[in-house]
Amino acid sequence: MKPKNLLRILMAFLFVFASTQSFAKTIKWSMQGDSLTLDPHAQNEGPTTMVSRQIYEALVTRGLDMSIGPQLATEWKTTSPTTWVFTLREDVIFHDGTPMTSEDVVFSLLRAQQPTSDFKEYISTVTSVRALGNYTVQIKTKAPNPILLNQLSNIFVMSKKWATDNFAIVPQNWDAGQETFSATNAMGTGPFKITLREPNTKTVFKKNGKWWGNVEHNITQIHLLPIKNAATRVAALLSGEIDIVTDAPVQDLARIKSSAGHKVESTPQMRTIFLGMDQAADQLRTGNTGDNPFKKKEVRQALYQAIDIEAIKKKVMRGLSEPAGIITFPGVTGYTKALDKRLPYDVNAAKQLLADAGYPDGFEVELRCPNDRYVNDEAICTAVVGMLGKIGVKVNLFAQTKSKHFKELKDNQGDFYMLGWGVPTLDSHYVFHYLYESGASWNKVNFSDAEVDAAIRVMEGEVDLDKRNAAIAKAWKIVRDNIAYLPLHHQVISWASKSNVDVPIRPNNEPLFRFSRVN
Amino acid sequence: MDSKNLTLFNRIKDSDIYFSFIKSPTAIISTFILIVIFFCSFFVEFVTPYNPFDPSSLSLMDAFTPPSWTEDGLAKFILGTDGQGRDMLATILYGSRISLIVGFSAVIFALVLGVGLGLSAGYFGGKYEMIVMRLTDVQLTVPSILMALLVDGIARGIISRELHDEMAIYVLIFAIGISEWPQFARVSRAATLVEKNKDYVSASTIIGVSNLIIMFKHILPNILRPILVIGTIGLALAIIAEATLSFLGVGVPPTTPSLGTLIRLGNDFLFSGEWWITFFPAIFLVILAFSINLLGDWMRDTLNPKLN
Repeated sequence: MKPKNLLRILMAFLFVFASTQSFAKTIKWSMQGDSLTLDPHAQNEGPTTMVSRQIYEALVTRGLDMSIGPQLATEWKTTSPTTWVFTLREDVIFHDGTPMTSEDVVFSLLRAQQPTSDFKEYISTVTSVRALGNYTVQIKTKAPNPILLNQLSNIFVMSKKWATDNFAIVPQNWDAGQETFSATNAMGTGPFKITLREPNTKTVFKKNGKWWGNVEHNITQIHLLPIKNAATRVAALLSGEIDIVTDAPVQDLARIKSSAGHKVESTPQMRTIFLGMDQAADQLRTGNTGDNPFKKKEVRQALYQAIDIEAIKKKVMRGLSEPAGIITFPGVTGYTKALDKRLPYDVNAAKQLLADAGYPDGFEVELRCPNDRYVNDEAICTAVVGMLGKIGVKVNLFAQTKSKHFKELKDNQGDFYMLGWGVPTLDSHYVFHYLYESGASWNKVNFSDAEVDAAIRVMEGEVDLDKRNAAIAKAWKIVRDNIAYLPLHHQVISWASKSNVDVPIRPNNEPLFRFSRVN
Repeated sequence: MDSKNLTLFNRIKDSDIYFSFIKSPTAIISTFILIVIFFCSFFVEFVTPYNPFDPSSLSLMDAFTPPSWTEDGLAKFILGTDGQGRDMLATILYGSRISLIVGFSAVIFALVLGVGLGLSAGYFGGKYEMIVMRLTDVQLTVPSILMALLVDGIARGIISRELHDEMAIYVLIFAIGISEWPQFARVSRAATLVEKNKDYVSASTIIGVSNLIIMFKHILPNILRPILVIGTIGLALAIIAEATLSFLGVGVPPTTPSLGTLIRLGNDFLFSGEWWITFFPAIFLVILAFSINLLGDWMRDTLNPKLN
């Protein structure tokens, strides 16, 4: 080879090396589980929305401070108490270059109302969606809806043309295990676009160079690399293989903090962990008594009082949890400190309650648990098994990965299960609408109470805030007195990252990479 | 002295094996360690007051107690406790019982299968021998851990989930046994090929003794030495295979942990300073496997110098 050629090749290498060093800013992001699907309306689940939020946008959205602000809509007004008119941005284009118009917004909202959508509860009060012009959308609701904006902030807008071309007009039927094009591909308007998708292994997001917004981040790529094992995830972070972990294991925070190149941020999360007990089935699927002990309130209360939540907080959560009395947390409309007070931990009272209910020797049941969704979820369940064993209830633990756990739960296979609930709308209505209303999609304890259902209707249509708050308070009192669920605690989340990676932590555990910087 | 009047003890005492044994400190030490481990594992109910498999006897507030000689340690938990408040020593002993049961059963399973096939293959020869030996060749190309994972995966597919936890231990025995039988088949076939041409076999054939009796009554005792040697080493391998599978999460369920499961559960606390949760089961496994291996080495030297 001529020396001159050699020099050229060396120069080329040097150039490539120098350019990748100085310009490419990649964030390698890890958590224990992956997004379940890229279809923006198929699965209403934390990590799934975390991923969708980077590639899809909604009419309005919550900013870093969790307040509602404009996104695809620039302004909105109510022309009558039940009619809303949204004016859309005119400079928004999808990742494939086609401009976004009111057609796409109408399509997306109607798509999210389809039976296979997991987001239909958000906008169940919406009766009609109509395009008034190319960039104007009119939304009508059944009754005056005080929380419509909160709800719309979770309905992502996708391309109508793309969905039509790729047979994705209706949302993927995730519960039935359907596979669609939209589950592994995405076409949104967000600041990032997906360039590679290998479920549970690697997802690559690339900067959307034609994004309409003011670019505040300096990231060219995000790699999402889920690592299920907690110790492996921390090892990957400490060795520099991963830049940020959005669910740092509580037991390793001290170790990460002690590393010079890493930092840890913690904040109370908007998520409550609880246990559900099927109160409607005539016979437990996994029981040994031939009936359903959970039908009796005494039994539910016995289980409640047998759980030593302080021990779980101290030993399993290492102090990073807040024991809960209801499935909602400070900051949500309807939350009060008094409601959030737990029944006392009292093993003897629990035994007495079980005996009174006719189960002096306890009974047997299976507890279903995810093992890659919540902070130390399986360890919490194992601790619960031991605590319930002390009052004679023999619990068999069945822990599995979240995608199977949720699917089988929705398929009504659970007698006794763990679930966590966040409140993206920051309003109690969301909790009641999904968890307590008769026949609601996540009401797998089959709780049903006419008064609660009536109160939910009031929450949807009452604009007088005092009356509305009274309905919320009444509903909380009923479900709390009934012990419809066994609340455990509000999660505290911790994000651990390299010191030079700045991703602002948010109480809903959703990173917004458009505000992130790599220094 | 007439040899018939010798007691069993005296016969053992006068044998070459005993002589070689008392001359080998490694053999004595490893045997001593193994006897202690076997005793403590199989009579664990009398050794420790705790039953880590009974969740209702545990107290979560005892969790993460360090070993008793450290600052925060408690005398009642000599090796500390794990994340659920289980006494480490008791958990390790209960766990090693499961590991030993799986190891022994798997080796016996592999031994019966391998020796049966290897012995008959060597004795009968012909197409049957070819088929059996090619089968071992094929299986030896697949790593044994992969074979065990395959068996476990299939078992998970066909056994219902409710039954799986109860069946897990049998699946594990089968999976490890099936992955180790080719070793036994090859060794016993090779030894049989040597033995079957000896005069005592020809003599038995001539007087009309049936093939089955020749194989198992006359040839088997003469090929037992190499089989015992690889059986012992196979036991160590089986125990490690069980730990590996349980570490990967396909072994016994965490509610009745074996040594491998314990190491896996403790792995989560490696960074957080609770080193004893994974260290003690791991060091116990090392000592156990090492002792068996040393004993196997000694047996190989004594019983069958040719394998050296």
